[in-house]
Amino acid sequence: MEQPAVNDQSRVKPKTERTMAKPHVMEEWVGRVFTTLCIVVLVVTIAAIVYFVASRGLATFITNGVSLSGLLSGLKWDPEGEIPLYGALPFIFGSFSTSLLAAVIAAPLGCCAAVFMTQIMPGLGKRVLQPVIELLAGIPSVVFGFVGLSIVVPFLRSVFPGQGIGIAAGSIVLSFMILPTITTIATDALSNLPRGLKEGSFALGATRWQTIYRLVIPTTLPALLTGVVLGMSRAFGEALAVQMVIGNAPHIPHSLFESASTLTSVITLDMGNTVMGSAHNNALWSLALILLAMTFVFVFVVRFLERRNNR
Amino acid sequence: MKKALFIVVALMLTIGLAACGSNNGGNGNTTNNGTTNTGNATNAGGNNAGGDAALSGSILASGSTALQPLVDQVSKKFMEDSKYSGITVQVQGGGSGTGLTQVEAGQANIGNSDIFAEEKFVDADADKAKELVDHQVAVVAMAAVVNKSVTVDNLTKAQLVDIFTGKVTNWKEVGGEDEKITIINRPSSSGTRKTFEKYALGTASQDIAGSIQEDASGTVKKYVTDTPGAIGYLALSYLDDTVKTVKYEGVEPKEENIVAGTYPIWAYEHMYTKGEPDAVTKAFLDYMVSDEVQNADVVELGYIPVGKMQVKRDAAGNITK
Amino acid sequence: MSAKTADRIATAVIIAISGIIVLLLAGLLGYILFRGLPHISFHFLTSGPQTIKAGGGIGPQLFNSLFLLVLTLIITIPLGLGAGIYMSEYAKPGKLTDSIRLIVEVLSSFPSIVVGLFGLLVIVNVFGLGFSLFSGALALTVFNLPLMVRITEQAMKGVPREQKEASLALGLSRWKTITSVMLPIAMPAIVTGTILAAGRVFGEAAALLFTAGMSSPRLDFTNWNPLSPFSPLNPFRPAETLAVHIWKINSEGLAPDATQIAAGASAVLIIMVLIFNFGARWFGRYLHRKFTATK
Repeated sequence: MEQPAVNDQSRVKPKTERTMAKPHVMEEWVGRVFTTLCIVVLVVTIAAIVYFVASRGLATFITNGVSLSGLLSGLKWDPEGEIPLYGALPFIFGSFSTSLLAAVIAAPLGCCAAVFMTQIMPGLGKRVLQPVIELLAGIPSVVFGFVGLSIVVPFLRSVFPGQGIGIAAGSIVLSFMILPTITTIATDALSNLPRGLKEGSFALGATRWQTIYRLVIPTTLPALLTGVVLGMSRAFGEALAVQMVIGNAPHIPHSLFESASTLTSVITLDMGNTVMGSAHNNALWSLALILLAMTFVFVFVVRFLERRNNR
Repeated sequence: MKKALFIVVALMLTIGLAACGSNNGGNGNTTNNGTTNTGNATNAGGNNAGGDAALSGSILASGSTALQPLVDQVSKKFMEDSKYSGITVQVQGGGSGTGLTQVEAGQANIGNSDIFAEEKFVDADADKAKELVDHQVAVVAMAAVVNKSVTVDNLTKAQLVDIFTGKVTNWKEVGGEDEKITIINRPSSSGTRKTFEKYALGTASQDIAGSIQEDASGTVKKYVTDTPGAIGYLALSYLDDTVKTVKYEGVEPKEENIVAGTYPIWAYEHMYTKGEPDAVTKAFLDYMVSDEVQNADVVELGYIPVGKMQVKRDAAGNITK
Repeated sequence: MSAKTADRIATAVIIAISGIIVLLLAGLLGYILFRGLPHISFHFLTSGPQTIKAGGGIGPQLFNSLFLLVLTLIITIPLGLGAGIYMSEYAKPGKLTDSIRLIVEVLSSFPSIVVGLFGLLVIVNVFGLGFSLFSGALALTVFNLPLMVRITEQAMKGVPREQKEASLALGLSRWKTITSVMLPIAMPAIVTGTILAAGRVFGEAAALLFTAGMSSPRLDFTNWNPLSPFSPLNPFRPAETLAVHIWKINSEGLAPDATQIAAGASAVLIIMVLIFNFGARWFGRYLHRKFTATK
């Protein structure tokens, strides 16, 4: 037992003949230690990031004397002005609205695709739809950004008033990016459904749509929601693609087609240009901290919803 | 079959533990900050092919993305030169702020910046700028550019100020057709924006609602090309026939005008070192300002050689002949 | 409206929406490939990039992307599998497990740019790893790990209870049950999940700008000693990946054919993802056959 885990494993074999009980214990021990170590690494990584972001982000309030409520509710962002102003509400608004809208667009599409793949035409779905969607997941955000810039923005510009940039463009690009996440998780959930459940419903004379609508969707709702949430969190955190199409003016827009900003877009634009430790840089880390806090809140809300759905 | 799985698991385990181990080892290392640099400098030591006089080591230059293409190109040429075969130069982007932060903290040998360090390190950090030694390697000039739909081809300083502070929102008010002006600005932290505000506008521009802000020259150019009625500003090296270049106060953004000081929208490209550079870094910086580079790569990439300038400028913007 | 009609309408709507998705995606992929394919040639794939002259290639970037993916997977897979197994098999339900699950969820949604900057300050500077493939791989691990944990956990939970209990009843240890009964059943799902996770490695640019770096030093493709600074296999050299290269030439590129190179590189990226996806899918099926002994 005193020996390190790795050595133990290599010695398991010869010992088997002599004692039967010991390798079992060894094996069990190895497994437990290995998996626990992995979890520890994970937790340490997360703790390090949270600690680091918090220590940077809180400096705004401690060293630079900005008030938290001022940051959260301020409408004007002008960190390089004569009197620096740190009002992050436009970014918070932008982040929320783009990712919500993206989820609103992508969630029905993803769920339809999942239903199609599992309930309607599994053969065709597996052969055509699934590979295409997995491929979509592999398209880099940079490429999405440029596709957005060269297709989505000109399209919106020609159809709607305004310059084509803004929350609408950002949401459309994001909805494409989160579609694979939502679809994959929804498909997994639907195909893990016990066969008997569905067959029972059919046997009772329900049509396919009734079965899907009354049985399949309600049963898998928590999992579907998880997919939507994961999609939304990806939309929350996405930086480069959104930054290219949203316009980045630090204001709350009056329409979906007016230049807006998200937390990530302003971090992307300004982080590299500011020196570490300056007030502007600290403020950006505060935005990252808000992003982190918002994600926490967000996950909690969904947990709550899930629990209610399970009842 | 089982054996295969066993081997796979054992392998994963070993690697996993190794990874855990290396992570933990790194964690304990946090206090040992200063050694990064030495590690860098000796990295390529084994590669020293020449005699005793030959320099060897490795240089890390990081910072401004606008300066990166030039440094990148020169570094390739530098490393191909047989005299410097022992030296490895790494060029990284990340932005002027990152470059200055890194060079100040001793993590990079050279910090590339679009603007004077004094303008970035302000207030409490002002002392940090004093530790850095400035090496001006090129001059970059900027021009206001407009979408091709715009008929205006000259803008005065007052007109530009009106546009970029939101007083004028239609091209007809500055002598063009009836078309809405869309501003493509840079983010407030951008060195390019600071230069443009300081030397073209003489005042800060406003983040007007509905304006677009992009940091990368390529994206700015794309927006100006695509958006009717758009105005933005680009370094001369990015100008081509997809956008329309506007004269400033009647002066064309051309090399002879800039060199003579009649066209004011230009700035130095800086390569900062912390204190005086060591021999290896100095060799690279000297190479950077040598005629071989200044008259070839610098010009090729659309910059203006520092030595050609008939006027000089300091951090506060004062011009001397 | 009768239930039959509703069923027909709903089915038609779902099929139509799925069709639209396929068409949209096909259009998107077609657009990228159509724009990029004409620029792809042997020369383009093998030669190095040019700063201002036309005719630059993406050889080193292509290699870096692949190598970085391999490095990341080497770090992520064991850690992710281990942590996922822990969450599904060893963790006792309770506050601690809940909070671990919570932070895993939060971590997976953390903006890449912030992870990149965290990487710059902690991995690159404090650990002293510099701008290197290894730093990049560590930063990417931060993204990939939560995904892998989730995937493993779900796949393990998807294993039928009976199988697990039968194995335990036969007197196999828990660890043995996990590795030789549950993992093989869960493997195809894990492999599929890993592909999705790997997609992010391919496409990630924001985090790599600050960790793996934006330059590619001289590479000597005849030198395969992983310790030499010029060897392509050295994990401690800076490396610009394909996605970073696309970002770089699109944002500050000066070469006259920058747009074409970006389009070509995007197409190469998509094709690589395609090859990788099909390869991994095939591998998943192969593993399934091998582990479960089904023909």
